This record gives sequence, structure tokens and C-alpha cells, in this order.
Amino acid sequence: MTTDLPPAPGRLLLPSYPRPAGVHPPLDSPAYASSALRAPRQPPVPLAQGLTEITGPMLGAERVTAADADLTTRHRGEPLGERIILTGRVADSGGRPVPDTRIEIWQANSAGRYAHAVDDHPAPLDPNFDGGGRCVTDSDGRYRFITIKPGPYPWRNHPNAWRPAHIHFSLFGQDPIFNSVPDPKARERMIARFALGLTIPDWALGFEWDIVLRGRSATVFEERP
Amino acid sequence: MNLPITPSQTVGPFLAIGLPWADGPFVVPEGTPGAITITGRVLDGAGEPVPDALVETWQADTDSGFDHPDDPRGAARPATPGFRGFGRSATDQDGSFRIVTIRPGPLPCPAGGTEAPHLDVSVFARGLLDRVVTRIYLADEAQANAADPVLSAIAEPERRQTLLAMPGDLPDTFRFDIRLRGERETVFFDV
Repeated sequence: MTTDLPPAPGRLLLPSYPRPAGVHPPLDSPAYASSALRAPRQPPVPLAQGLTEITGPMLGAERVTAADADLTTRHRGEPLGERIILTGRVADSGGRPVPDTRIEIWQANSAGRYAHAVDDHPAPLDPNFDGGGRCVTDSDGRYRFITIKPGPYPWRNHPNAWRPAHIHFSLFGQDPIFNSVPDPKARERMIARFALGLTIPDWALGFEWDIVLRGRSATVFEERP
Repeated sequence: MNLPITPSQTVGPFLAIGLPWADGPFVVPEGTPGAITITGRVLDGAGEPVPDALVETWQADTDSGFDHPDDPRGAARPATPGFRGFGRSATDQDGSFRIVTIRPGPLPCPAGGTEAPHLDVSVFARGLLDRVVTRIYLADEAQANAADPVLSAIAEPERRQTLLAMPGDLPDTFRFDIRLRGERETVFFDV
């Protein structure tokens, strides 16, 4: 099957997003046992960023309600555990805020158990906590979740292996596990800070975590087709 | 201002709590004329299914447009009603995923030439500390594929073959397996 080509543009000027070096963990991380059968063996093939790579889904507020950002109020009763506020700002590496972008999170309950059929950790499920949430950043790139502090849980990576309390975040950007990130400073960027100023007295502790996504380079490259 | 990037981490085995949407596999609404269905399995280095992966796709509309402000040709309103460009499918016990979409149009390259119709694909799973990225090309677009600069840059024909979705038994269906590691390992890209 052949398809007619689109009209040839006069020129195609694309922003470029530099590949960050030394930030993301290597796929092949032997200390993380699950990577052994799943991390590709071949090095990735460099791909020049074209139209498909420099664009992406613009998922905004559709299908997200304010209630989705509060994981403590969507069931009959309140979940057990320490109520926390987790907030921060999404920016790109150039310091520009990333507004109107969707953030999706999932986490274990306060006992360290995920509401998932595969999780067989003998800790109690909480009928008032499912662990999933989503929100959209505001015009300044800020987000805010109300949730329960997740508990640590065992995993079978090595003897007596426990994963520290964490919340999974998924973002759209352009673009053992914690220690798989080689740079200690980069590891620190995954830790939310306790912030007394964000705490709501008599109600919940506040934590702050800013997220930086890959930004476009200061200069665009220019080529003529 | 230069800010250091937040590192990637694995989605772990429980992404199903937060990520799948009921209509995620539908890049176009069900029943869209000309829709194609791409199904496949995500397999690990032992050839076993990966039942806890998430496959995401992103592509141009059938008229080659993107509804995105960074497209220098101008953000295009969807030519196909309800076209979202984006698909998301969690794998099932069998490692299978499914994307219902339309054929993307070909695209001009910044470096010249034309890219054959393709979907960008990200795979997330326990065991992957960062997403892996590949592309789906449609095997029946032979002429366009032969001129595609990305496919052409992959020297070994058997490696190139891993990027081709093969027509299925039913009309308008394609098959695309993703082999994360080992024999017939899918080509993954550094973007």
C-alpha cells in the first residue's frame, strides 16, 4: 500500500531535547534482579528526534476531577495511617513551569500493601484506600495530592529486602531500584522534603517534591528538507 | 536557569492501580472507518509473557498532522473525528496488548527525506528502570518503509524486521510482538 506524501514544507524547524547523561539508571542493573530477563541486551539505537518524538499527548484536565487528587475521601470511611499532603512543582530543565500536564500516582497503603491481586505481602488491605490518584498541574506547574503515607514493604530481590516508603509518579514530558540511579545527588532529587509550612495544623503533615522533566535545548537546530 | 532532571524509576508490578484507563487502547473511537487493530505480546528474555507491562503509543493522524503546538507545520485539528494520537494498553496474563487506531500518515524529516508511517511505542514494566522506546511500522507499507531513514539505518535485516507489524489473519489487523531481551530482541531507540 502506498500513501500520498504530505505537502513538502518550506523548512522544518524542530526544537531538540538533549539526551541527559548520567541521570537515569542503567537498564541493565544486576543488583535489581527483575532486570535480568527484561532489560534489553543490545544498546539502544540513537534516533534523531523527528516530528513524532518532539510532539506528544497533551493530556490535560479532561477526565480528571478535583476528587482524584485526594486519595483519602473516595471511600465510605477514612483510610488508616498518617495523612499527608504531597505537593510540588513540575518544571523542565530550563526552569520553565510545565502547566496543565497530567500526573498519575499509585502507592501502597499505610501497612505497605498494594490493592492489587498480585501483592501477597501479609499486611492488611484497607477497604478505604485504593492507592490511585491523578491531578493536573496549574498554570505555574504546581500539583497537590492528599494521601496516606505509604508503608515500606518486603520484596524478594535479595534476603530481607525491603523497599522504603515511596509513591509512584507518572508524567508526560519530553519525555536495588533507588540505588540504581548512579549519582547520589540525583538520588536526592527523588526524596520529598518535609515542609512544616505546608502542614495543615491538626490535620495533615506537608511534604514537597519538585519534578524536573527534560527541556528543549536553548538553541534549535535548523535543517532544510 | 538549568535544573537537574528527576531520575526515572521502574513502574514496578502494580502499575495497574494507577495507569490503565478503560478506553486507553482506543486511539480512535471504536467503529471509526478505516481503523486498524494492532495486537501483540510483550515477552522477556526467556520468551515468557510479561503480564505487568504497559504499552503506550503516539502517532500522527492519517493526514500526517499532530495536534501539538511544537509541530512547525502548525498544530492540526484531528482529521479523524475523536483521534487522540495516544494509546495506552496494559498487558494481560498472556503478555498481550491491543491498540485500536488508524494508519498514520508519512512524515517529513528535519534532515530531509520522508519517514514511513509509524507509531512511537514506550514500554514500561517491572524490571525496567526506565521506559524503553521502539517504533511500529506497518509491513504492508513496503515502498514507504524502504525509503524510511530510521529503518534504513539499521544494518541487519533481521533487526529491522523486529520493527514491522505484520498483517494478521483478519482484515485491518496487525501483529507486533515486543521482545525485551535475547533472541530476536526488538530494536529499541535512544531518544
